[in-house]
Amino acid sequence: MKIRPYGDTLNDGLVQVSFTLPIALSAKATQAAKELAKNMGLINPSVVHSEEIGKNFSFYIIYGALNAFVDLEKIKVKELEKSSKSKKEIEEIIKNNFKKDIVVIGASTGTDAHTVGIDAIMNMKGFDGHYGLERYQGIKAINLGSQVSNEDFIKIARKEKADVLLVSQTVTQKDVHLKNLVDLVELLESEELRDKVILIAGGARINHELAKELGYDAGFGPGNFAEDVASFIIDELLNRKED
Amino acid sequence: MNKLNLNNEMITSCRNYAKSIAKDVQAYINKHSTVSVERTVLRLLGIDGVDKFDVPIVNRLVEDVKENGDISLGISIYIASALKATNKSLNDYLEAYFDSRDSLTSYNLISKSEVKKILKPYYEKNLKKITKNREIRSKLINKFGERKTELYVIVATGNIDEDVLQAQAAARAGADIVAVIRSTGQSLLDYVPYGKTTEGFGGTYATQENFKIMRQALDEVGGELNRYIKLVNYASGLCMPEIAAMGALERLDVLLNDSMYGIIFRDINMKRTFIDQYFSRMLNSYSGIIINTGEDNYLTTSDAVLEAHTVTASQFINEAFAFEAHLPEKLMGLGHAFEINPNIENSFLMEIAQAQLSRELFPNAPLKYMPPTKHINGNIFRAYQQNALFNIVTNLTEQKIHLLGMMTEAIHTPFISDRYLAIKNAEMVQQSMKSLADEIVFKEEGFIQKRANKVLKNAHSLLKEIKTEGMFKTLEKGVFAETKRAENAGKGLDGVFEKSTNYINVVSAELEAYFNEN
Repeated sequence: MKIRPYGDTLNDGLVQVSFTLPIALSAKATQAAKELAKNMGLINPSVVHSEEIGKNFSFYIIYGALNAFVDLEKIKVKELEKSSKSKKEIEEIIKNNFKKDIVVIGASTGTDAHTVGIDAIMNMKGFDGHYGLERYQGIKAINLGSQVSNEDFIKIARKEKADVLLVSQTVTQKDVHLKNLVDLVELLESEELRDKVILIAGGARINHELAKELGYDAGFGPGNFAEDVASFIIDELLNRKED
Repeated sequence: MNKLNLNNEMITSCRNYAKSIAKDVQAYINKHSTVSVERTVLRLLGIDGVDKFDVPIVNRLVEDVKENGDISLGISIYIASALKATNKSLNDYLEAYFDSRDSLTSYNLISKSEVKKILKPYYEKNLKKITKNREIRSKLINKFGERKTELYVIVATGNIDEDVLQAQAAARAGADIVAVIRSTGQSLLDYVPYGKTTEGFGGTYATQENFKIMRQALDEVGGELNRYIKLVNYASGLCMPEIAAMGALERLDVLLNDSMYGIIFRDINMKRTFIDQYFSRMLNSYSGIIINTGEDNYLTTSDAVLEAHTVTASQFINEAFAFEAHLPEKLMGLGHAFEINPNIENSFLMEIAQAQLSRELFPNAPLKYMPPTKHINGNIFRAYQQNALFNIVTNLTEQKIHLLGMMTEAIHTPFISDRYLAIKNAEMVQQSMKSLADEIVFKEEGFIQKRANKVLKNAHSLLKEIKTEGMFKTLEKGVFAETKRAENAGKGLDGVFEKSTNYINVVSAELEAYFNEN
């Protein structure tokens, strides 16, 4: 089945677009907006509203018809692999399956001074409306902040009897983040802790594949929230419990 | 103003509890100082700049004393003793300091009165500059006038040059107040970055140079429009007093200044930030900068219907802390927000009740009212409607600092057109409903009166409880935003120290003297 946007008649293809141009409002500017709409593929675009919105900026609202269509039969969507649960579901599973709080320790390790990643996952406020792990019942979340050495990180993990270690590497120069991530794995192994914890990496340049390669259990890149990380944690802990 | 039929005895009792809570913490504050307070003293002596590793010079000096001397005496005595022993001006001494390897602590310490005498010309020069800024601000506001409710927008491109462009466009569109959002995580840096910056994450670094650039840009566009455009930045964090000093020197008009926000949402150690807050608020008071507090944030985490009283209780406490720091009511921009789920029946009435309650409890404060963020879902058309409702409440309850909601909240940092449309939304409400507040009274014992009185009553019980437990214990219990923070945990605790009986801080001594006179 081929479809187009629906305005008020099937297949009329009508859409609305609004944008700002970095020039003052004039007849020429309005024509420029219209030409742009044509270049977008809109048929018979009509500028229904234009307005000066400050020195050398003008704003346009345009309606027009799209010539393009999509064939629904040809669209294949990959099913999402991650089985993200909601915060409530996660808390419920923890309540029913674990006697003690799950201890999660997070840090931006090495020279990394940026905490935006780890804060987004761990801090109460979370990110983009997704609460952080501190807010989860059944999870004891300890955020060590930035520039934590691998040695200190492990020392605290031991003291707090951590179940999960979250390592955030946000900003990287000359791939120092890779070396630092590998160093942590080696240190954990030499201290015979590696198998006792779930080790997770996160950051703007981290993905799951890379993290696995470096010896981590999982990696989370941009677009993941606390519930994605928490879902992985409980799935993994339940798996390990069964083994 | 009494539309809510509030119980005056209960209000007085709330204030008394809050006062007692603040006094309790103040007793602790008075005995302590922090590395950031000491760095602020250095900044107000005129020390600025960074070393070859980009470490601010003020950090280098304080670290030097922390490692090699007795920081409990304060930095003032060390810097004065060094100047006396070397017989150099401050600039010459600093040049020599970085050339040689001599510690700031290598000189015989001089007496308190000598410290003051040696440093006076330096801090006086900067305090005079701040006084001058205060005068320029009043002059311009008197000349151009001020809207009853001021429209506040945010720019956050990461690049100060781009910020300037957007801030000026916003001012031309009708914004009265422009805030430059800081780069993510700056509140947790234990130093203030230096110089002009054109890269940031989710915002632009707060640096003194960036302050200066934006101030100049807003003065320029303000001159063109015959209006005074206010500039906002953020002090809350590990460098509260330093940013307060820099803001004072560059004539900022509003600073976010709330240690409770730092404790709860940034996990900053409570002792550290209460001490920092005190000194920074004294500077805000001296420089005529309005503080903004962060109570609105509680409701992004907690339920806005059930936990509304925590906002009210915190406003009382923040007011009491502000009084301790000699801040007059006209500079207390206490925060609150429009965050109730709009799908709840009569949520609009509850919003009116809460906003009117804040207005009546703090009639002289330039309240900061925050737009909906939590229940904005990406549907920009719905968001525009929510913002219109919010704008109506702002107008109806006569708020002062009106943060405008963006229809693209939670999608991206605002487009230039988002900001423009938000300003026009607010202006239409302001214009079309200009005298609505004068006309409206609330029904005796009606929904709004009942709701406001209930929130006040719950705030009263909470304040009573906090008074009994003490502030530190209350934060440990997680009363605010349901977040627990331990007294001896969190960031920045290692920068707190007990003052020796011989401690001296030449700037706070001068400020105290000023407040006692005025």
